[in-house]
Amino acid sequence: MLEIRDLHAAVDGTPILKGITLTVNAGEVHAVMGPNGSGKSTLAQVLAGHPAYEITSGEILYKGENLVEMEAEERAQQGVFLAFQYPVEIPGVSNAYFLRAAYNAKLKAAGKEEVDPMEFLDLVEEKLKLVDMDPAMLHRSVNAGFSGGEKKRNEILQMAVLDPTLAILDETDSGLDIDALRIVAGGVNALKRPDNAAIVVTHYQRLLNYIVPDQVHVLAGGRIVKSGGKELALELEARGYDWLLEAVA
Amino acid sequence: MSTTLSAPALLEQANHAAAADVPAVLRAARAEGAEQFAALGLPTTKNEDWHYTSVSSLAAIPFAPMTGDDSDLSPDALAEHRLDASWPTLVFVNGVYQPSLSDTSALPAGIRVLPLGDAVSALGDTVSRLLGSTAPASRDGFTALNASFLGEGAVVHVAKEMVIDTPVHLLYVTTDAGANGMHHPRVLMLAERHAKATVVESWVGLTEQPYFTNAVAEVVVEDGATLTHLKVQREGRGAFHVATIEATQGRDSHYVSFCFTTGGALSRSTISTLLNGAGCGTTLNGLTMLDGAQHGDVQTRIEHAQPQCFSREIYKSILDEHSHGVFNGKVYVHPIAQQTDGKQTNNTLLLSKTAQVDAKPQLEIFADDVKCTHGATVGQIDQTALFYMKSRGVDADTARQLLTYAFAADVLETIENETVRDALELVTLHRFTSLATVTG
Repeated sequence: MLEIRDLHAAVDGTPILKGITLTVNAGEVHAVMGPNGSGKSTLAQVLAGHPAYEITSGEILYKGENLVEMEAEERAQQGVFLAFQYPVEIPGVSNAYFLRAAYNAKLKAAGKEEVDPMEFLDLVEEKLKLVDMDPAMLHRSVNAGFSGGEKKRNEILQMAVLDPTLAILDETDSGLDIDALRIVAGGVNALKRPDNAAIVVTHYQRLLNYIVPDQVHVLAGGRIVKSGGKELALELEARGYDWLLEAVA
Repeated sequence: MSTTLSAPALLEQANHAAAADVPAVLRAARAEGAEQFAALGLPTTKNEDWHYTSVSSLAAIPFAPMTGDDSDLSPDALAEHRLDASWPTLVFVNGVYQPSLSDTSALPAGIRVLPLGDAVSALGDTVSRLLGSTAPASRDGFTALNASFLGEGAVVHVAKEMVIDTPVHLLYVTTDAGANGMHHPRVLMLAERHAKATVVESWVGLTEQPYFTNAVAEVVVEDGATLTHLKVQREGRGAFHVATIEATQGRDSHYVSFCFTTGGALSRSTISTLLNGAGCGTTLNGLTMLDGAQHGDVQTRIEHAQPQCFSREIYKSILDEHSHGVFNGKVYVHPIAQQTDGKQTNNTLLLSKTAQVDAKPQLEIFADDVKCTHGATVGQIDQTALFYMKSRGVDADTARQLLTYAFAADVLETIENETVRDALELVTLHRFTSLATVTG
């Protein structure tokens, strides 16, 4: 589904990613871990198409197509979804309207009929239950005045509505208490299917108790320095990152 | 009788008009207005308050007083601007009150709404009390000019303890028949003790031709009263619009103003209130949306003259193409006005590199126990929010339009009257976006 080959990316001329190679197959969950500044979030943003990052070499193939050439909105319409580390507040645009605009954009790109507000409300009410969200939140402005936990739940709600093929969760666990973490992880697990995949970017192993990865990759200095099974995450939790960094230095 | 706005020609005009059948109270005010205009003239950019707005283009055009010709007024176009046909409404077409298009029969006893001409006899006490009280002819050239042509306008009188939820609508429409004309309406509003009412003033231009609106409103809000005053400026693209609103407030009163500006080639709105009783407050909010070569200037002045008063102010502007926005928010706190609580916010969204804004908060505080804050921002569309929306599949154009609308929406939400709020939200949506709706 996703093939990243020797990917180099820079921001304002400063190289951040220095040769990432990663393959994610349908039905898999991959965890990307690493210390602060290792390039984890950059990788997530690059996959979503953030314009601040320049791909200097390498390629990204998504369902066999060149992802780098697609605009962010096109990637989303094709099933790529990024759950933001810091979800953006948009005062003045209601959550319900925003969700429907996103949902309809995807339908339209697939050549399907758009849904009207009533139909959409039925659909979204189902998804609200998944993340244990109050329907009243739909009528508030997108993320405006939401608590940290509410923002993250709102990200998963968007993910549930858009039903992505490739979901990238960028430190969705940071700042969450254990109850919120359970709800968020439960939402992600419920959306898992054999025909989709997820990349879970996290600093801590804690989230991986709830979202069990098929593979764990450790990023440091813009490269993957180690890959392994879920037990690698436990080892990182026990020993920290330093031993790995020393080993590759 | 066309002439540029030079003093000698004007005096001649005013004298000529005074000879006609004009009530004595207006005649006296006209004479004083003409005299003051001769002394003051039109402001130049050397005047600090007019530094960013030049009226030389206005002064160069020979405007003739409008005649009220309504032969080209389309009933459909008028209907669209009534907002709600059931509201008590006075309609002015090309500068002149039109009884056949107006209807105030739904007004309950205790609130009187009359065209100025009728009010001189029917509400003589109110007229003599208010006329020239908060906006004397000596105030500036435009107020003097307005006084020298006194005749059209309205009086709104809300008796004490009278509470009316239905707004009163004063609707001024200019059509092609008003091209190269000028009008100088004067509105007097009095909300007596503990009264509560809403007045909407709409300025609509159904012509691209130049014309000149020079309006003055004098507003008195007595103790405990709440007056909401919504100004909707949708003049034609060739129009010059100068409006001066001067309010004075009693103890525990609340004056709520919204200034919506989107029309005119050149517009200037001055909204000023004197917080003249302990515990009173004012809310002055507004939204300006300009494009092309439009120039829109909003001046506010809040004078805290008594203790424990509050003021809240949110002004937003969206400027596209070569437009020029000006905002000057003056807050003056007298030494006696302790425990003043003032907050001013001014945000501008620039949609093009060639749009320009001059924004100036001006706080003059002479009391020591006050809480006054102000914040001003000038920016472009938030790139982070834009990417966020795109990452959800929303195309860049739609995302930009949504963010532009959202910028405006949060100040429009402060309008309490739902009909006005919905109408202005729709105008805003259509101004800079091709979106049909943003609800649901």
